[in-house]
Amino acid sequence: MNKILKLHDMLIRKEISAKELTQKYLSAIAADNPALNAYVKVTEEEAFTAADIADRKLAIGEVSDILAGIPMNLKDNISTKDLDTTCCSKILEGYKPIYDATVWQRLKVKDAVLLGKTNMDEFAMGCTSETSVFGGSKNPHNTDFVAGGSSGGSACAVSANLAVYALGSDTGGSVRQPAAFCGCVGFKPTYGAISRYGLIAFASSLDTVGVIAGGVEDTAIVFDKIAGFDPMDSTSKSDFAPCTFNLLKKDIKGRKIGIPNEFIDKADKEVKTAVLKAAKDFEDMGCEVEFFSMPTLIKALPAYYVIACAEASSNLGRYDGIRYGKREEHYESIHHMICKTRAENFGDEVKKRIMLGTFVLSEGYYDKYYAKAQSFRAQLRTQFDKVFEKYDALITPTSPKTAFKSAQVQEDKAGSFAADLCTVPANFAGLPAVSIPCGKCSRGLPIGLQIIGGKYKESLILNLAYKYEEARGSFYIKDMGVRL
Amino acid sequence: MYKMTSGFETHVELKTSTKIFCTCSTEFGGEPNSHCCPVCVGMPGTLPSLNKRAVEFAVKAGLALNCKISNVSYMDRKNYSYPDLPKAYQISQFDVPLCYDGFVELSGGKKIGITRIHVEEDAGKLIHKNGEILIDYNRAGVPLIEIVSEPHISSVEEAKEYVEKLRQLMRYIGVSDCRMQEGSMRCDVNISVSATDTLGTRTEIKNMNSIANIAKAMEYEAKRQINVIESGSNVLQETLGFDEKSGKTYSMRSKEDADDYRFFREPDLLPIHISDSDIEKIRQSLPELPHKKLKRYTTEFELEEREARLLVKYPKVAEFFENAAKGVKYPKKVANFIVGVIFAFLKSETLKEEFDLKITPEDLKSLVLLLENGKVNHNKAKTTLEQMLLSGKNAQELLADDDLSGISEADLESLCASTIETNPKIVADYKGGKDKAIMALVGVVMRESKGRADANKVKEKLIELLK
Repeated sequence: MNKILKLHDMLIRKEISAKELTQKYLSAIAADNPALNAYVKVTEEEAFTAADIADRKLAIGEVSDILAGIPMNLKDNISTKDLDTTCCSKILEGYKPIYDATVWQRLKVKDAVLLGKTNMDEFAMGCTSETSVFGGSKNPHNTDFVAGGSSGGSACAVSANLAVYALGSDTGGSVRQPAAFCGCVGFKPTYGAISRYGLIAFASSLDTVGVIAGGVEDTAIVFDKIAGFDPMDSTSKSDFAPCTFNLLKKDIKGRKIGIPNEFIDKADKEVKTAVLKAAKDFEDMGCEVEFFSMPTLIKALPAYYVIACAEASSNLGRYDGIRYGKREEHYESIHHMICKTRAENFGDEVKKRIMLGTFVLSEGYYDKYYAKAQSFRAQLRTQFDKVFEKYDALITPTSPKTAFKSAQVQEDKAGSFAADLCTVPANFAGLPAVSIPCGKCSRGLPIGLQIIGGKYKESLILNLAYKYEEARGSFYIKDMGVRL
Repeated sequence: MYKMTSGFETHVELKTSTKIFCTCSTEFGGEPNSHCCPVCVGMPGTLPSLNKRAVEFAVKAGLALNCKISNVSYMDRKNYSYPDLPKAYQISQFDVPLCYDGFVELSGGKKIGITRIHVEEDAGKLIHKNGEILIDYNRAGVPLIEIVSEPHISSVEEAKEYVEKLRQLMRYIGVSDCRMQEGSMRCDVNISVSATDTLGTRTEIKNMNSIANIAKAMEYEAKRQINVIESGSNVLQETLGFDEKSGKTYSMRSKEDADDYRFFREPDLLPIHISDSDIEKIRQSLPELPHKKLKRYTTEFELEEREARLLVKYPKVAEFFENAAKGVKYPKKVANFIVGVIFAFLKSETLKEEFDLKITPEDLKSLVLLLENGKVNHNKAKTTLEQMLLSGKNAQELLADDDLSGISEADLESLCASTIETNPKIVADYKGGKDKAIMALVGVVMRESKGRADANKVKEKLIELLK
């Protein structure tokens, strides 16, 4: 459900103060977070300070931003100055950055209220949030099931009405998939649309900051505020000034939508049914919907993992206990200290991916794995370019399945990788994609519909998503957290 | 007879004011970790932003070394773990460097090929103190260029000249101070020996930071390799250090321990695009290089090559010379004074290079003009210049002080007359046919006038009086 405009209106009319609103959320978090494990750190003091400033500005009639005084959260891999930023890993226990991530800076200046940092799979590696050193986040619809990952905590909090919106990160589906599992909106823009400066890197050519919110309108509002060129991030796009909010209500009649067979075929029965129903809904709204085949989509997953692990092995090399984070105390040499620090403080999933990544870059294997994966990536990009000449957007399930049962994935190592099947291609090709709720399975768990667009077509896919949401309604949980 | 084959990998710190990927100062020295920021210390979440000036400096270096410049080149990650490397990878260039295919010409005409020049970032510095390891990251992120030569060097003399030439050129074009003792220029020396046409196994002597040590290390290592071969063994391909005290090389690590750097394209940076017109603009901004200057000095100014070489060696000297020689009839005189008097005054090479004088080129020029106009003779001009260098006063001031603006006609006549009267024997010799005797009289007059008189004028006057 979209809340930002309504809350902004309430604040302007003084129906509620920012401090009161913040208090409501903090109380709800205190009550509900223990069972859900969405937040790993609640930043009460900072939240009230920001709310106070928002209230003062409102009191003197100063024009305040739409996002002023609106409570939100940040995934714990987004750098927050002087506040713990741990990536839910032991190795960054107690680490407080000395600078703010650009995305956070851009919201901070608008007096956004940071409720806290949220749970995630360690270093964003996982799809359940269970590899977190703090344990997994639960699905608010049914706490026997996971919230998804890696931005599990953020998605859980938004769905459980413990935050109005959140910023997460999406490398292989980490914003879209938990949003799908939890029944809220998860949006990953084009690679380069949002600055990565301050986002603790997992895989540099794949990482994207993403927006998680209760509805598409809220998503668009937040995205427009944080997107755009950042000189501190050389990969961010210059001349980019999105106005997705103002294009949400555009008529979608005549839009051409493609559905790749490969993803439909791999989906669970109920997921397939829900997605096909959504396809019909789009047709009813005047769109042309067509099935087509794109066999290379399936190959994206293993190629993605080669590149993601390779880049991760390099990005995580800096965690050696010398300059920041955890340092093991008893050692015989500096080399010993580094090895011990990493061995004792990285989780198993992280270690696995570092080893895989080191292997695929190593002498004798680089050509066979890494170079090959990059070459395939270039091919896939070209293919997508052609696909988007024909279609305005593609729709797919966000995930082949609904939420896993807690601890289920730990036992099925290869299976955990396969969960990213539908989300990975958008990261691989750097394309924008959004997940919106489109139904529930028989267990009452949400099903996510993914809309993928061409490069820098955020406005288009959010427009489609908005129209669908308008027609279909949302699936938000009415009886949890802060009720408006 | 063993032949030596050697190639150099030289790291040169670029003297941009800020680091290669962040805006921290590159200034040498300073409190440890005072020129640092989240980016150059590799804090989580930070990203590099390429300093365009560093690229420009690197292109300048490439052009000065006769290289081709790549229109597109890429940055790559070189992964390895060491405490002075904050990100556990160095951002460098692997397979597509910025510059390639150049050369350095030695004085004999031999060309040492330059395989490539690439840009990369420097690492921090480890300091061992009281059993502890301290790390200063001030140097981390300082831009470097790595200049890789072909294995064309075949003697210690050539090696010394090669390094000297590189140093001179880099300083000339203003891209680096190349202060080896400060570490802004470091060499890794690859060396092998062979008695046949096939190349021997090479070893690498790392981090040489003085030309003297390079020479000593090469001499020692060549001998060592020859001994190994003569004793029937094989030279091991290994990385060596040089111990200055003992004058010996020592093993650092063998091939088995060689690092696999797992190079891959740096995803956080864009490819470096340089158009042909960009390259041309940079080429135009280069100062005249020493070998061109040398040619010009020997043709336009008609200087002797030996003298011209001394003038072109340091850009400040050349600049001073050219400014002083403007509008002067005999630039050679200006050259003489610089090489003969000023260099002798400055004594050391460092001072010559700095050429920090109390006088301006205009001051030297006016002195030379005085000489050309006969207002002062050569000896006096020389001593005047020496005084100018000491006091900073210009020629006019000093000459006025000393009343050295020559001697009046009347004084000259009376001085010559009195000299004739007091030296009858010499006069008799002269009148008797010994023409050369006049010079003895000239000598006396010169002494009496304390050098103020002009020797030619004195001779003329004496001859006139003795008619």
